[in-house]
Amino acid sequence: MAQTAADKIWNTHIVRSDDDGQDLVYIDLHLLHEANTPQAFAGLREQNRRVRRPELTLGTEDHVTPTVGGTDISGGVAERYLTPMRRNCHDFGIELFSLGHESRGIAHVIGPELGLSQPGTTIVCCDSHTTTHGAMGALAFGIGTSQVEHVLATQTLPMRRMKNMRVTVDGVLPPGVSAKDLVLAMIRRIGTAGGQGHVIEYQGQAIRSMSMEARMTLCNMSIEAGARAGLVTADDVTFEYLRGRPHVPQGAAFDEEVEYWKTFVSDEDASFDKEVRLDAAALSPHVTWGTNPSQTVGLTEVVPSPSEFADPVERLAAERAVAYMDLTPGTPMKTVLIDAVFIGSCTNGRIEDLREVAEVWKGRRVAADVQVYLVPGSEGVRRQAVEEGLDRTFEAAGVQLRSPGCSMCVSVNGERLAAGQRTASTNNRNFEGRQGPGVRTHVVSPAVAAATAVAGRLAEPSDLEDRT
Amino acid sequence: MKPLRTHVGTAVPLRRSNVDTDQIYPAQLALTGSLTRTGHAPNLMGEWRKEPDFVLNRPEYEGASILVAGPEFGTGSSREWAVWALVDYGFRVILSPRFGDIFRGNAANNGLVAAALPEPAIEALWEQVEAAPQLPLAVDLEGRTVSVNDHRFAFEYPDDFRWRVMNGVDEIELTLRHSDDITAYEARRRPSLPKARGPEAVK
Repeated sequence: MAQTAADKIWNTHIVRSDDDGQDLVYIDLHLLHEANTPQAFAGLREQNRRVRRPELTLGTEDHVTPTVGGTDISGGVAERYLTPMRRNCHDFGIELFSLGHESRGIAHVIGPELGLSQPGTTIVCCDSHTTTHGAMGALAFGIGTSQVEHVLATQTLPMRRMKNMRVTVDGVLPPGVSAKDLVLAMIRRIGTAGGQGHVIEYQGQAIRSMSMEARMTLCNMSIEAGARAGLVTADDVTFEYLRGRPHVPQGAAFDEEVEYWKTFVSDEDASFDKEVRLDAAALSPHVTWGTNPSQTVGLTEVVPSPSEFADPVERLAAERAVAYMDLTPGTPMKTVLIDAVFIGSCTNGRIEDLREVAEVWKGRRVAADVQVYLVPGSEGVRRQAVEEGLDRTFEAAGVQLRSPGCSMCVSVNGERLAAGQRTASTNNRNFEGRQGPGVRTHVVSPAVAAATAVAGRLAEPSDLEDRT
Repeated sequence: MKPLRTHVGTAVPLRRSNVDTDQIYPAQLALTGSLTRTGHAPNLMGEWRKEPDFVLNRPEYEGASILVAGPEFGTGSSREWAVWALVDYGFRVILSPRFGDIFRGNAANNGLVAAALPEPAIEALWEQVEAAPQLPLAVDLEGRTVSVNDHRFAFEYPDDFRWRVMNGVDEIELTLRHSDDITAYEARRRPSLPKARGPEAVK
């Protein structure tokens, strides 16, 4: 029977099957961060259980880490979380990239960067944005803390098979339109439950012409469409990305892996439970106006009126959203003034994102009254940016390149804005309070964030005056 | 985990959709909250509870153990904190047209039932509960129904979650009984797959 790529990965990972349709699935890579794991280790200790495969487990410090001020964690939330994280990883024999480690970064940035996230593998992490690794052709999904404990103890998870959904994106993205705009437009169309219970496989010309990092942005935000996972099957772009990375076999062994990786593609006649088709050429930069990621419009559009929503639930949500966001229906998005810009996160904290920002800022300065937070996704990304001299462009624009971490994507490291402030952010969620209680978040692409930082209002690069 | 087969309790109507886990448990509170699975009730919907007329602050709904919410409940972050706070507050059952997948699994792992009812049924329950806040609802996990007055609504709830909640099992213990199967799988697993410990582990 014809199979999807996700089914093939699933089938190669079944340890055993139950009569009730539940499979025990083997996990190839288990990533941990400090925020959602203390209770899992406490559970292991209570039951006197060990970690079955510490060498398939990797810890990183990303959520509570400061982005300025070095490795001192004394006092406050960093110490509170990092102290148990370090003890737990040490006691259970798990490698941990602590503050100061040259490979540290956001879990979903370092997995691909180190070549740990490989096609055909299963990857889990105590974080909903684990879907990012699907860009590598892996089946990758976020789990809760109880499941973390389960994977630590058994290296498996009992699960029902995911349903299959296909999003086909025809054509190619116009200049100035990014994977971020594509995924926002998709969520606007299918809603925050559009992918529920499914793994979304992305196909089509637009996907094949995307870089690996753009695919990561796309898969990353699959969770915002409610999907269990996002997936782009591996191709030459994937193989070239992986070649030479630390955890990937070298030489002839690499070629052997490529042959293996190539087997994880969907059969031509594989059937999908749900199908969506998008035209890349028709897309433009997008921005969220509300408090869930489906509340999105094109940057050249206006704030919608709640009365436009036929569905009473959506109408009520829109009423709440415009009130929280303090927006007047009918206002052109490009006239909305911004107090702060955040560039970074597992969605858009990679080198290509920083290059795009530098390109916009070259010969320009950010507006004096806009606070800008520029946070790379990993130490590797930061090093690369400095090697390329991007840091000098940032500095000339008036922005400091910080140290890596989740920072203001989730604002649990103390970096947050004040209630009532409005931000353009390259993160993934415009939820109420996501960047601090009462803070109003507009999710955008790196290019739009960079242009907005210069203009002081929502803008795209073509709106900016000439460089000096 | 306390097994649950049937449950009778009063309900809170939460007429909001897309109640993501950041609303159920604001991240900033999570990081100052308890580092164990208990003690989280004060942080449940911590920001919304600052609004005096928020439904959880209303005396007529005190003691409720069933939450009736709009669609897309528990989307967003995987934080299990959201479930711990709901359980710690006293909720045993959440009713909504749709749930975030990770949240629903986390709930089952903590004995909290996240049962899906069609939107008209949720609307009917809201109306009933708002008219009579102390009206008891009866949830039957075996039959997958919720009853109020003379009305009975069928809900959707996956078999594996249902079994888990009804039996209150330690799932890790169950899986560990299949350790031989796991060992056998590992023996046939592709040897070249990556290891997380040091590049030197990859030769």
